[in-house]
Amino acid sequence: MTIIGLAQIALVLAIVLALAGPVGRYIAAILSGERTFLTPVLAPVERGTYAILGIDPAKGMGWRSYVSALLLLNAVHFALLYAILRLQFYLPFNPGGVAGMPSALAFNTAVSFVTNTNWQAYTPEGGISNGAQMLGLTVHMFVSAATGVAVAAAVIRAFAAGGVQTLGNAWADITRAMLYVLLPLTVLFTIILMASGVPQTLLANAQVTTLEGATQTIARGPVAFQEAIKLLGTNGGGFFNANSAHPFENPTALTCAIETIMFLLIPFSLTATFGRMVGHPAQGRALLWAMGLILGLGALGCYAAEMAGTPMLHALGVNQALGNMEGRELRFGNALTTLFNVGATGTSTGAVAGFTDSFTPLGGLIPLFLMQLGEVTPGGIGSGLYTMIVFALLAVFVAGLMAGRTPEYLGKKVQAKEVKLAMLALLILTAWILSGAAVSLLLPAGLGALANAGPHGLSEMLYAWTSATQNNGSAMAGITSSGPLLAYGMAFAMLFGRFAVLVPVLAIAGSIALKPKLQATSGTFPTTGPLFIGLLIGVIIILGGLQFMPADALGPLAEHFAMRAGATY
Amino acid sequence: MSTTTSNPLGGNSNDAIKLFDGAIITRAARDAFGKLNPRQLMRNPVIFVTEMVAILTTILGVRDLFVHIPGNPASFALAIAAWLWLTVLFATFAEAVAEGRGRARAESLRRSRTEMTAKHLPNPEDPAIWRQRPASDLRRGDVVLVETNDLIPLDGEIIQGIASVNESAITGESAPVIREAGGDRSAVTGGTQVVSDFLVVRVTADPGQTFIDRMIRLVEGAERRKTPNEIALDILLAGLTIVFLFAVTTLVGFGHYSNTLLPVPILAALLVTLIPTTIGGLLSAIGIAGMDRLIRFNVIATSGRAVEAAGDVDTLLLDKTGTITFGNRMAAGLYPVPGIDERRLAEAAVMASLGDDTPEGRSIHAFVADRHGIRPFTPNDAVTVPFSANTRLSGLDADGRAWRKGAVESVLRMIGETNPPAAFNAAVDRIARAGGTPLAVTEDGSLLGVVELKDVVKPGIRERFAQLRQMGIRTVMVTGDNRVTAAAIAGEAGVDDFIAEATPQDKLGYIRSAQAEGRMVAMCGDGTNDAPALAQADVGVAMQTGTQAAREAANMVDLDSDPTKLIEVVEIGKQLLITRGSLTTFSIANDISKYFAILPAIFVATYPGLGVLNIMHLSTPQSAIMSAVIFNAVVIVALVPLALRGVKFRPVSATQLLRRNLLVYGLGGLVVPFVGIKAIDLLLTALHIFA
Repeated sequence: MTIIGLAQIALVLAIVLALAGPVGRYIAAILSGERTFLTPVLAPVERGTYAILGIDPAKGMGWRSYVSALLLLNAVHFALLYAILRLQFYLPFNPGGVAGMPSALAFNTAVSFVTNTNWQAYTPEGGISNGAQMLGLTVHMFVSAATGVAVAAAVIRAFAAGGVQTLGNAWADITRAMLYVLLPLTVLFTIILMASGVPQTLLANAQVTTLEGATQTIARGPVAFQEAIKLLGTNGGGFFNANSAHPFENPTALTCAIETIMFLLIPFSLTATFGRMVGHPAQGRALLWAMGLILGLGALGCYAAEMAGTPMLHALGVNQALGNMEGRELRFGNALTTLFNVGATGTSTGAVAGFTDSFTPLGGLIPLFLMQLGEVTPGGIGSGLYTMIVFALLAVFVAGLMAGRTPEYLGKKVQAKEVKLAMLALLILTAWILSGAAVSLLLPAGLGALANAGPHGLSEMLYAWTSATQNNGSAMAGITSSGPLLAYGMAFAMLFGRFAVLVPVLAIAGSIALKPKLQATSGTFPTTGPLFIGLLIGVIIILGGLQFMPADALGPLAEHFAMRAGATY
Repeated sequence: MSTTTSNPLGGNSNDAIKLFDGAIITRAARDAFGKLNPRQLMRNPVIFVTEMVAILTTILGVRDLFVHIPGNPASFALAIAAWLWLTVLFATFAEAVAEGRGRARAESLRRSRTEMTAKHLPNPEDPAIWRQRPASDLRRGDVVLVETNDLIPLDGEIIQGIASVNESAITGESAPVIREAGGDRSAVTGGTQVVSDFLVVRVTADPGQTFIDRMIRLVEGAERRKTPNEIALDILLAGLTIVFLFAVTTLVGFGHYSNTLLPVPILAALLVTLIPTTIGGLLSAIGIAGMDRLIRFNVIATSGRAVEAAGDVDTLLLDKTGTITFGNRMAAGLYPVPGIDERRLAEAAVMASLGDDTPEGRSIHAFVADRHGIRPFTPNDAVTVPFSANTRLSGLDADGRAWRKGAVESVLRMIGETNPPAAFNAAVDRIARAGGTPLAVTEDGSLLGVVELKDVVKPGIRERFAQLRQMGIRTVMVTGDNRVTAAAIAGEAGVDDFIAEATPQDKLGYIRSAQAEGRMVAMCGDGTNDAPALAQADVGVAMQTGTQAAREAANMVDLDSDPTKLIEVVEIGKQLLITRGSLTTFSIANDISKYFAILPAIFVATYPGLGVLNIMHLSTPQSAIMSAVIFNAVVIVALVPLALRGVKFRPVSATQLLRRNLLVYGLGGLVVPFVGIKAIDLLLTALHIFA
């Protein structure tokens, strides 16, 4: 590890932490319907939206109506996106005349974007038109991100007051999240990215003659805007197959740092939103530190693993001063690449600046493990916070009895119903990841999708199912997921990973909201400060990660020790 | 501070049933096998899964005896199976021991009961005509006559008569208590005995439903229902079990892909060591033991839920009299008028009180003896002047001299003093303002000074309240005194709040408003008009001497009728929750070490590099797996005493409790199994078993 590399990592994380407070408080004001500096400009648009759609933003919804609204919205959007992908040949902005997507692939892709996963089983270049990118994918990057923010807002409100029947208005939350948070930030960062060299055009692919005289087709399109929301909304679906390693998505080391800040920003900020809305900023900071410490250690661990390089190359006398450089862009270097990939798996973004498949086994284990932990470090936009709150409930429940009281979180008692729903969510995630990967490895169709054998193949399969179920969307590559087993299987993993978790979480919110808010006394389990942060990290690792250890041992760990013994796969 | 009386439920409270009584252990060992019935074990998901896995492993082990598969020795499978069975047995044994201790208490209670007959009154108006009937034939609403030396057949309400009743069968207190129709002392309990006079009683409980019957069933654990926290914890444990079931069963797929042979006994060992068997095995024992600890304090909870709620309480409503103060006004100071020596006043006060046998009078003797070393002697020709409501003073005449003490106004009027010294007036005012009672003292018609009587706060109570405050519990003093007096005593005792001139409605109102603010309230009471407040409170402790209505409304009954015990009840509730939480944390933290024992053992044949993870240097894969399984079983038995006794409770803040328990049980849970598994492995190696 180099000083410059460590400084790059420290600087990026420091900027994110510094921005999290103000941005989070701004989001809290927006979700609470308070006046902000953008109100004069955007309030007429907001009011107009409500008027056209017939929404009364002040009308509260119980958790069931809230869930229904979100499911309805997402179902309609899924149908729309599926239609767009199938019919893209007939739709505008298709200068290259790209054909409609086959049904399995379209199903997988539509699910993938509705669930904020952005698993890309398709190849963007040649597989999807500019129109479908803009009207289909990009739109859904907004909708799925706003859905996450809305759920987080509902969950936060459940803890903010006692004996509340309603969790807020889902339509208003989605409208406000899009209008005041996602849209302005996306426009701002689109401009920054365009200034840094990211294209934004509706022209067809460029045909150029290379120096050798050959003809080359260079794909291009409205990249900057999609790139901005792809990262800000922790979506991760790249305009190009190479994702954020592509020079048109991520031209320089500076943009690499900026893009890392972009996807870390809102998930971390939402902890401050939480602290502000429950009237106790320290509560939000405790979650932020638990998220940040795991992510920070992960980033350092991955960087260290990659800088150590591979023993075989050392044995051959190759200078590995830059670390393991396979699958990496020279313009980023290892510090920024590993930070980007670790951050993008810690945030369910799933974008990549280098190829995880080429990482050393331990370097690849870290992104895998961060996803397995449940996407809470800091997780997806909204989903990271609400999953973290579920872990906080479990932490309080497991250890809270040790303080001699029925466990309570923010004055709300944690009882059988909450534990049942929290365990249900945890169980669904575990079941899909482990069963999906294990069954695929037993079936010829699954084995056929793997490009590598041995523990590396196992890692690829495990990584793919983890990524889909946890709605991350990054891939280790080396796996072909367009076959029906993986296309449909992983589509259902994405659906369950998103909605079979989101519904119990909102049910928890409904139950919590109704409870009286107990006063904190010195007999109350403290949910701020280092003790709780340490406890929360422990619970995340033990309840969220331990069940994957046997599988991980046969994948990345086995490969790591084999590599040390001189074997590769 | 609690009164120790002989306890019918378990001898004296200082002489509790020994933790491991021989007879209880023998019986529990037998019962442990009876509890293996899977239908009964279904209540405990973790142990149920363990039993299912044990059955499967046993079947496969037996098969291997006949079908030889290379590398899959039957001895290993059978050894694993045996230890899995032991794991289940240790868990059922823990529960059986806890139940056995409860049963031992119930037996001693039941011994006091024999088949009773009762004098049934067909016409309640006419107590002269009664018919002898077995108590078991009586029903609610029947009216019976109970005469001297009769046992009261069932719980009931006195409708006529007054009698002294020996309630030692319930309370262990042999001094009889007065029970009478109407008012707050009209309830009688089945099994107690009338020792004088007679009572006409309307039966309020069917046979088998009386207070004692319910007590017996509760201590035996027969009516035990899972408490809210237990249910929630069970769900968490069941959830974890399913999570690990997925982890282990999918390992078949991963293993197959990796060309790793994973025989069922090994997967069984991995599963059982990962699921939280420690807490799963001890959970019900902890709950039963919690009820048991309460009974040792002579408090009966009507449900486990109430014990848990006691741990959650953050506001205590305490009656002033008897809890915070001794209840009698006692001499606390002497203030002579100018020119009079304090010793002279002391002597006069003693003389004036010589014939006064009230607690106040005696307290003056005690105070003076303590401060001035004056021992009173009674002159030969002394004539006592008794207190009368008319004169409001009392005293003594002897040798032609006269000593008087009494209410200031009356004394001044008697001696014709219209303008007492300013210092005297000031002392009287100060005493009255502080909530005390001033008594003027005269000798031969001249005013000597004033004695201060006051409600004396029990020693140590202030520190006790400070501790409670640290634990996050507010104390509220309830008193019939006026605001001034109440405020003075509240300040002295260090309570957080007080309700002066309290009526039962005030209590109810206070509880409701505290609950509306999100607080959990505990109170104790005995009168019928306390019943609504007892029912409203999250924890209501009724005094055994109280009315039936109060006892029905409360969720705990204190057999010693000692209101101070509310504080102990809260501590026992907290201790129960802490024990459960600590063992849960310990159990879950254990998993890390088991991975380090088992994962390298099962994968090292395929990936020799993973042998690096064998950081404990366990001698062979088989001994490693066996050691983990054995540790997992043995730790249950090792923790039974802790489960029964409860984790030590300290009255400190939640943060301090948490830090301490997290260190001991969290960190301990991480480290202890590494040591334990290594030790077992060394032993197996030394004995050349699987090594």
